[in-house]
Amino acid sequence: MSLRTDLGKVRGLGSAKEGVAHWWAQRLTAVALVPLVLWFVSQVVGLAGADLAAVRAWMANPFSAILLVLLIGATFHHAQLGLQVVIEDYVHGEACKIASIIIVKFLAVALAATGIFSVLKIAFAG
Amino acid sequence: MATGGQSGNRPLSPHLQVYKPQITSMLSILHRMTGVALAVGTLVLVWWLAAAATGGDTFAGAQAVIGSWFGRLLLFGWSFALFYHLCNGIRHLFWDIGRGYDLETVAKTGWAVIICSTALTVIAWVWGYSTMGAF
Repeated sequence: MSLRTDLGKVRGLGSAKEGVAHWWAQRLTAVALVPLVLWFVSQVVGLAGADLAAVRAWMANPFSAILLVLLIGATFHHAQLGLQVVIEDYVHGEACKIASIIIVKFLAVALAATGIFSVLKIAFAG
Repeated sequence: MATGGQSGNRPLSPHLQVYKPQITSMLSILHRMTGVALAVGTLVLVWWLAAAATGGDTFAGAQAVIGSWFGRLLLFGWSFALFYHLCNGIRHLFWDIGRGYDLETVAKTGWAVIICSTALTVIAWVWGYSTMGAF
């Protein structure tokens, strides 16, 4: 049994030892995604019905490529932070909870890498 | 069931089903649901990007699936989810800086989010179909 009080345990960086890092990263990516998402939607709507050449020309444009890489990075960071909270709220078994969080985080990084690689391949190799 | 310590004798809040559905709680759970739906939608985004990088039949296949009636139905749902999560996310950011907490404002901004996200969805699809020369 610990002699420390409940308050003492959560002071400073708190029981999770990360302070507000998760909360802050969620907000920071949210703010970044507001203009990025509006830009992306307007671009995709403009590409409705476009063929492969037009889609590739759009992605190969340096401005589009950079914004797409930023969009993919912010999206998957934001998504895995959000899904982590959903899992922590609804999955009660400790083993299942940890396993779900690991799967979500690995998947997010793998999908982000695939998306960014695809954009860069088109940007650099056509 | 928590036992001992300070958490043992705290009052329990009633179950969620007891409460009447209200705009605050409905929009709150919708924010979470659209967030999860959008996370699933990122699979299609990455598939589309990878297909464009691969080219040929892979891209044609992806375009055929995404452009089918079922693909368009999913895209429509995801576009509303995206606009809703975006608008309500901005509402959340205002709460984060301590603004708009009184009940009247919360209801007002809630309805504003519903109207804005619906309007943006309609605008995006009308614009998209006019890009394709449907009108």
